[in-house]
Amino acid sequence: MIDTCDQIFVLLQHWLVSFLPAAWQTAAGVLLSVAAIVCLFPALFALTTVFERKGLARIQNRLGPNRVGPFGFFQPIADGIKSLTKEDIVPLSADAAVHFLAPVLLVVTVFMGFAVLPMGRNMVLVDLDAGLLFYFAMGASSELAVFMAGWSSRNKYSLLGAMRAVAQMISYEVPLLLSSVVVVMITGSLSLTKIVEAQNHYTWGLPHWYIFTPWGFAGFLMYAIATTAETNRSPFDLPEGESELVAGYHTEYSGFKFALFFLGEYVAMFSISGLGTTLFLGGWSAPFSFLTWVPSWIWFFSKLMLSIFVFIWMRGTLPRLRQDQLMNFAWKFVLPMCLLNLMVAGLWRFMGDGWLRWVVCSAILLLAYVGLGLGEMRRQRLGPRSYRYAE
Amino acid sequence: MSEMQSHSAILADKPQGWNRPAAIEPQNEGELLEVSMGPHHPSTHGVFRMDVALDGERVIRLKPVFGYLHRNHEKLAEGQSYLASMPYTDRLDYICPITNNWAYALAVEKLIGQEVPERAEYLRVILGELTRYQNHASSIGFLIQEMGASGTPLMYAFREREKILDLFEELTGARMMVNYMRFGGCRVDASPGWLDRTRKVVAGLSGFADEFDQLLKSNEILMARTQGVGVLRPELAVNAGVTGPMLRASGVNYDIRKVDGYGIYNRFNFRVPLGDHGDVYDRYMIRMLEMRESIEILNQALREIQPGPVMDPKAKIRGLRPKPGEAYGRIEAPKGELGFYLISDGGPNPYRYRVRPPSLINLTVLEDMCLGVNVADVVLIFGSVDIVLGEVDR
Amino acid sequence: MLGEGIIKGMVETAKNFFGSYFSAERLTTVEYPEQRIAPYEAARVFPFLVFDSKNHAGGTDWESGLRCVACQICEKECPPKCIFIEKSKDKKPDALGRLQFYPARFDIDISVCMSCQICVEVCPFEAIKMDTEFELSTEDRFGGLLLDRKQLAKSNQYYHQIHPAEATGVDAKLAAEKIKAHAKVKITDEAKTAAIAGAGA
Repeated sequence: MIDTCDQIFVLLQHWLVSFLPAAWQTAAGVLLSVAAIVCLFPALFALTTVFERKGLARIQNRLGPNRVGPFGFFQPIADGIKSLTKEDIVPLSADAAVHFLAPVLLVVTVFMGFAVLPMGRNMVLVDLDAGLLFYFAMGASSELAVFMAGWSSRNKYSLLGAMRAVAQMISYEVPLLLSSVVVVMITGSLSLTKIVEAQNHYTWGLPHWYIFTPWGFAGFLMYAIATTAETNRSPFDLPEGESELVAGYHTEYSGFKFALFFLGEYVAMFSISGLGTTLFLGGWSAPFSFLTWVPSWIWFFSKLMLSIFVFIWMRGTLPRLRQDQLMNFAWKFVLPMCLLNLMVAGLWRFMGDGWLRWVVCSAILLLAYVGLGLGEMRRQRLGPRSYRYAE
Repeated sequence: MSEMQSHSAILADKPQGWNRPAAIEPQNEGELLEVSMGPHHPSTHGVFRMDVALDGERVIRLKPVFGYLHRNHEKLAEGQSYLASMPYTDRLDYICPITNNWAYALAVEKLIGQEVPERAEYLRVILGELTRYQNHASSIGFLIQEMGASGTPLMYAFREREKILDLFEELTGARMMVNYMRFGGCRVDASPGWLDRTRKVVAGLSGFADEFDQLLKSNEILMARTQGVGVLRPELAVNAGVTGPMLRASGVNYDIRKVDGYGIYNRFNFRVPLGDHGDVYDRYMIRMLEMRESIEILNQALREIQPGPVMDPKAKIRGLRPKPGEAYGRIEAPKGELGFYLISDGGPNPYRYRVRPPSLINLTVLEDMCLGVNVADVVLIFGSVDIVLGEVDR
Repeated sequence: MLGEGIIKGMVETAKNFFGSYFSAERLTTVEYPEQRIAPYEAARVFPFLVFDSKNHAGGTDWESGLRCVACQICEKECPPKCIFIEKSKDKKPDALGRLQFYPARFDIDISVCMSCQICVEVCPFEAIKMDTEFELSTEDRFGGLLLDRKQLAKSNQYYHQIHPAEATGVDAKLAAEKIKAHAKVKITDEAKTAAIAGAGA
């Protein structure tokens, strides 16, 4: 019974496909999974937009949208209708083909990443041996779409915005990859299913998720920072900042194409959070051994939505970093921490089992974090101040 | 396109002998980008335009263009009586109508030599400090909103502001355009119930200041964005006539409440915070500290206020005809030194009515603060000056 | 430690987020128009003319009960000059029995009025007071916001409803004036009779 719940989508897929002749069954199975992903994640995107608006609103002591549908949950339908019925304006001097292809490319590459994410037990679309590599290849391709959008608009400000966005994304690719490489080192495989399997063990009821190890925790932190920067979310959302001078790479897009950019950004957020869940939070494994009866896909999506809520929370609290500060932060803080993390993970493996490796690795990482942090703040002469009063 | 002009044309109208600071030497000849920021702003400061010449990301030249909200206040005042100008002063700095009223009433009282009863002075101080508190809270909220925190501190500041505006409405009948001060006191007396409600509100104000501090004070992103940005040197500030929190953040000890001691301010114990660096962070912190000092003054005033008349019974409301003469009345408004200069020729209308707008005079140093900084910081520096266009343009 | 300030800030917003579900302090939205805040007693929006239903002229309608005597002080003092008054040609008795002018035309342009209530302050006859109604939008852009004296006239009972304490004070003041006026008339009458008697004697 528990297993049926857990495998319900797999069983459903097999049952539907069994109606077809044997030669077509694999292809049909894959198509079905693809259709499921393409339907599910945009629906999740619609839900997330409402959650974001209501979440931000509640943080700001006000109600979010609450007129359209019960508690405002039909708001994305209204927004979707609005963006679909808007006039599609293409600037006269724009490069029409590139202008059209940019949002399409973004959406396609972003959805490709879902092909290797294990969303539950036996629920991977394609079980690649080099799943992680495939994922990052697709993720890097989506940056091209951003640049295509800025270039084809023939607008100086869009181009500037696109260049800034691409520079930001490229500089945070390195920490993103390095923090994932630690996981690969320890697991010994690039395959995402094997990474989840390696975390699906329990000691005294607690799981072996990589986030509960010193190097995993540091790696997760760096991964989270890199993710926020990759998806252009606050506090790294200067490229789409409204109160800044440059309007951003999607200025010249209106109507449905703009909605596609928006969709692409949010789906990228889902996919990269999904990867983070897989790498550090144990993917579809349950947090306690007595909770394994809950279906695995529920755990995966809960962890995904938790990451999304943290994104929304950060957006509601933190101001924006300036472009050069963002880059400084990437190259002078996050990257050294990631490299050190690699070393520490190696040390962890070298030291073998026991409490000593916990203490040593945690101490090294903590010292490095505090040291680097203080160094950064001192270098820029930042810090809390005290004030005097007039006599 | 404007960047086809050589940069010497853009920089042409500086006075002779002006030494261009080295920080703003453009590195590429002829490649300056001229951008007009405004008059629409997403950052809710009002209709104000800045013509900025950029070299890459650095600001080479900045020309403020204002006047989009000019409503002819000073000339209008020459055509109507002294009393009729009072509601128009509400609309100058529309976030702090009480202090505008007070400055004008002070100027007219100086002109006609009118005394103000003690309870009225206490009420003026209470309302004035409440105004200062909500102005500083809103100003900080707007500043952080410009930094991109999606308006969270702004909403918190406005939540507190609503409580204060409710008090104003209960007392004067209007939330913002209060029209409360008269020449010789205040228009309406405050009931004991109102004073109790005020005490309750004031009791919650320091809790809010603590919450605000916890949200913002040691936020590393805030520190990175604001420390060292938009430095205003004290000599320049004094020479340019800058007043208010901007001046005190640059380290100059000048608070008109201490210097003039107008009203009954010399009865209250309060401190004047001073900054050392004169950057945006200092201005933000000085405003936070002044909020706390306002709470101190409010507590003392609410303890000491005694029943009595709020209006001098011999004061004339309508038909005021001051003897020919002139008077300058100034107060420490939340934005700086707000002054009214009145010349009377003996008639019912003033001969000349002049407002010294602190926002405008503080804005004259905007270019000096913005030279050589990133364009993303221009908006921040502009926000830290804390202007209201109603006052700049009158 | 780097990140401490950020954590503190995020704790603060989390407090507000969860607090908004439990306490009214953390959720300050009033969903207009389903929920409304009752206006304060002192609230002022646009002026209206008070009429007494029981009046000396004998009629009960608004026209004869208007307290306004068209002295035009409010018109002169109004800062944006939004009041337009035309005096009548004849006179009618007021609450104290004296013959007074009345306004043949009393228009207020509420698109110009700035609710400063100086007209209320300067009126010697307690004839014009501030109303609290603000949902006055209309589709007629030419005359819809120019209120004439019929639209402006509202009864003293209405005034008691919207500003009870103020209206009670005004009533007491008017009653005291009436008593003083009667006393003066009585003294004048007595003086007259005494003078006649003295002359006769």
